[in-house]
Amino acid sequence: MFKELCAKSFPKSLWVYHCNVGACNGCDIEVIDVLTPYYDAERFGIKLVASPRHADVLLVCGPVTRQVVPALKRLYEAVPDPKLVIAIGSCAVGGGIWFDSYNIVGGADTIIPVDYYIPGCPPRPEAILHGVAVALGLAEKEIESVHLKQLPDRPESVPVEVE
Amino acid sequence: MIASKLKEAILSLRPGRVTLKYPFEPHPPEGDFRGYPEVDLDKCIGCGGCAAVCPARLIMIQDIDQNTRRMVRLLERCIFCGRCAEVCPEDAITMTKRFELSSDQGRKDMESEYLIFMATCKRCTRCYEPPSALDKVMEPGFRHDEIKRGGQNSPYEPVKTK
Repeated sequence: MFKELCAKSFPKSLWVYHCNVGACNGCDIEVIDVLTPYYDAERFGIKLVASPRHADVLLVCGPVTRQVVPALKRLYEAVPDPKLVIAIGSCAVGGGIWFDSYNIVGGADTIIPVDYYIPGCPPRPEAILHGVAVALGLAEKEIESVHLKQLPDRPESVPVEVE
Repeated sequence: MIASKLKEAILSLRPGRVTLKYPFEPHPPEGDFRGYPEVDLDKCIGCGGCAAVCPARLIMIQDIDQNTRRMVRLLERCIFCGRCAEVCPEDAITMTKRFELSSDQGRKDMESEYLIFMATCKRCTRCYEPPSALDKVMEPGFRHDEIKRGGQNSPYEPVKTK
C-alpha cells in the first residue's frame, strides 16, 4: 500500500537531499559519481538539492553516530511528506564494521524508517543506479536470503524451507 | 566571439553520447572486483575460519546438535574485503562479481543460513573435540553463540511514522 502511495505521489522527478551521518566519504564520492554525465542519474529525474525542505528523498550514508542522532531526527522531520529514505553503503544498511562501536548507534534504520537499502563498501555507481531503478520500478531486485542444508547421504546440498 | 562559441559547441559535440545505458543494459565490473561472497555448501567443512577472520564479525558458527553445525551470515554489513574467501581451506567461498544487492526488504535479503553436516566419531558418536578443556579455550574464538545486529541495543527512540 505504501508502495502504491509512493508511485502515485512521485510521478515526476525526485529531488534528493544527501546527508552524511558519519561516513568515511567513500559512499559520498560514489553518490557524486552517479550524478556525473557518465552515469547520469538525472536521466531519471534525480536532482540534488541543497535543503531538506525541497527534497522528496533522503540519501543516508554512513553509520549513525551518537552525536548525529538528534540532527538526523530533525532532518527527517524537515523533509515534507511523502518522503523516501535510501540507505547507501554497508554502514547505513547495517552499521558496517562499526556496528558495535561505543559511539555508533547502528544503521540508519535504528533511527529513521528506511525504504530502500543499497549495500556495498562503497557500492559501485552502477549499484546505486540499480537501487534507484529498483525504487522507480525499472528493475527487479536480484538478491534474496539463502537457506541451505547439507545432507549426510547426498553429495549436493538442498534448500531449507523457512516460514 | 561567436566563432569561438561555435568552436566550443563543435568541440563538445565531438565525443558524442558518453552516458552508460546501465540499468537497461548490463555493465559487468572489470578486473578484481569483489562482490557478493557466495558459499558453495557442498565444499564447506564447517571449520569456522571465515568467522574467525571476518572484520565485521558477521559470520556465526554454532553447533545446534550432535552432527549439525549452523553458519549464519548477516551480509548487510559485509565490507567485501575477501578475507573469508582467502582463508577458506576448501575454497568454498568465492567473491563473485555480483554487485546489484539493493532491495526494499531491508536486512532480510542479505541474510544467509547454512546447515552443515558434521561427521561424528563412529565409537563415541560425538564430533571431534580438542583433547583438554584448556585446549578448547586456546582455540581461536570463533564460536560466538550469538550474533549482534547493528543498533540492537540502541538507547535511542526511532522516529515514528504516521
